[in-house]
Amino acid sequence: MSQTMSSQRDSLRYRSRLLQPEAERHPDTHPLTWRLRDDGEVVWLEEYLRKDGYQAVRQALDEGDPQSVIANMKEANVRGRGGAGFSAGLKWSLTLQGGDMPRGYLICNADEMEPGTFKDRLLMEQQPHLLIEGMILGALANNCFYGYIFLRGEYVESSRVLNRALEEARKAGWLGADINGSGFDFDIVVHTGAGRYICGEETALINSLEGKRANPRAKPPFPGQSGAWGKPSVVNNVETLCNVPAVILNGADWYQALSGDRTNDGGSKLYGISGPVEKPGLWELPMGTTGGEILDRAGGMRGSSQLKAWLPGGASTGFLLPEHLDLPLDFDTVGKEGSRLGTGLLTVVPKERSMVALMRNLEEFFARESCGWCTPCRDGLPWTVKLLLALEQGEGEEGDIELLDKLAADCGPGLTFCAHAPGAAMPLQTALKHFRYEFEQGVSKPRGKAHQDPIPVGEV
Amino acid sequence: MMANTPQITDLIASDGFEIHPADETAILEEMAHYERPQAACIEALKIVQRRHGWVPDGAIAAIARVLGVGPGEVEGVATFYSLIFRQPVGRHVLLVCDSSACFLTGFDELKQALVNQLGIDYGQTTGDGRFTLLPVCCLGACDGAPALMIDDDTYGPVSPDDLPGLLEGYP
Repeated sequence: MSQTMSSQRDSLRYRSRLLQPEAERHPDTHPLTWRLRDDGEVVWLEEYLRKDGYQAVRQALDEGDPQSVIANMKEANVRGRGGAGFSAGLKWSLTLQGGDMPRGYLICNADEMEPGTFKDRLLMEQQPHLLIEGMILGALANNCFYGYIFLRGEYVESSRVLNRALEEARKAGWLGADINGSGFDFDIVVHTGAGRYICGEETALINSLEGKRANPRAKPPFPGQSGAWGKPSVVNNVETLCNVPAVILNGADWYQALSGDRTNDGGSKLYGISGPVEKPGLWELPMGTTGGEILDRAGGMRGSSQLKAWLPGGASTGFLLPEHLDLPLDFDTVGKEGSRLGTGLLTVVPKERSMVALMRNLEEFFARESCGWCTPCRDGLPWTVKLLLALEQGEGEEGDIELLDKLAADCGPGLTFCAHAPGAAMPLQTALKHFRYEFEQGVSKPRGKAHQDPIPVGEV
Repeated sequence: MMANTPQITDLIASDGFEIHPADETAILEEMAHYERPQAACIEALKIVQRRHGWVPDGAIAAIARVLGVGPGEVEGVATFYSLIFRQPVGRHVLLVCDSSACFLTGFDELKQALVNQLGIDYGQTTGDGRFTLLPVCCLGACDGAPALMIDDDTYGPVSPDDLPGLLEGYP
């Protein structure tokens, strides 16, 4: 192979990066990223230990009081960073343990596939020991004997880094039997997937972990009562678990104060932005940072583009408008505006792009990734794709938009087993609300005169 | 397994397919990570696929036998997951990200350039058996959009002009 060819390949290779220099990141304000290196190289064990690594585990094992770990997490109100925003401490307090209850599993959800989301990859590829430390603390709190990192198959580099880090941790006595003389046993294995967005849903994830099709399970029982192989199982997102060590070391009050008076949600957050902006990227910022501040950090819209709408945290969140840029991006505030914080990684839509075409793209994604378990999702989503395609081409008929309203309503919360269908409905409903005229422009035929072709089930 | 007790898995033809001994060892090692052997199903399929490029029909029954589950279970899993291939693919699998961030930053142009240069669309393999083209869920490389993956390598941002040089690296 010629040298120019391989250097071109190297220059195109994607590398996860944080757009915040080391000088801006401090232990007391940037618990997730202060240890990251400017050169983007992995922080391996030796460096991690030098930077206070495994101090939280050491302290918690010395104290030997799992309930105080849970109490700390509850008080800190660390809300799930995978997108749902459920309090991790509350989740942990509901895990069955004690008595005859067998020890269970701590499962890290590293199946990052929400369109527009690229944060967990950075944490795993550059700082694997923070996640491992968070998992050990989670295991201690929830009486878990074994942990799995459920990693999407495409994250090849994450797998390589995590496996090497796990080996380092095992050799140093941080994993395995009788962790550093504490009497506590816990080990972790990386479980890699083979595609399918639905694996990120926690009960579908457990089915997938068990080697089955990734259909969601009915809740209750919740995983904390009966999860993997019927044992109590705790499923937490990568970023959520990475918050745990600092909460244990510095306390709930410190964590709450990280967000200042911006919001009631404490802590910091990996926020990011992508789409046509000057510098798409990722930053650790106080919880409650506004969309405007993040857009500014990205250097604004690319070229002469103007902002039309934005998704605050992935494809399954609702569209917000430029007027919402001043809102603190926390779970409750964004929820009140008819959207969700989701993963907190923004996607911007420029003025010149058609919302109908973008919605078609989003619904193609949701239709393709439906596991097929529930009818509104399996059949309804391809139908929305068909209608959106027709509207995009100016071939829609009267009643199509009302039908889209109906299909989206049928996908609403509680009508399907999991949050996939509601996630598909939210961007559609908000797009129809804010940009209805764009959809109306695609209607050119009287009722009954379009859509002669069958619904493209299985083709999208 | 008792020799005189026929199991359903023994009755399903594996078309003479035999799992390579090294692969069987790898699958057994995977099984040890879980409470039940079935959990190694996806990894077993991936191990076989790594050697053969895809998962031939006979491999389904062979894997089922190693895991001690029915072949229907294994086939159900094999056909559910998008990165398990139940038909032959090219020497290199090209996954092009079609999710929102890529869609907003040049996916259409990139996809069209791929179709033009390779002469194939999704689900197809070039006549010389070199590339198979498939769409993929958001690759988590949105700050490098539009992105694509060739085998284990993730690239982005990739412009249509980058393609000839990039593809050359995968003979």
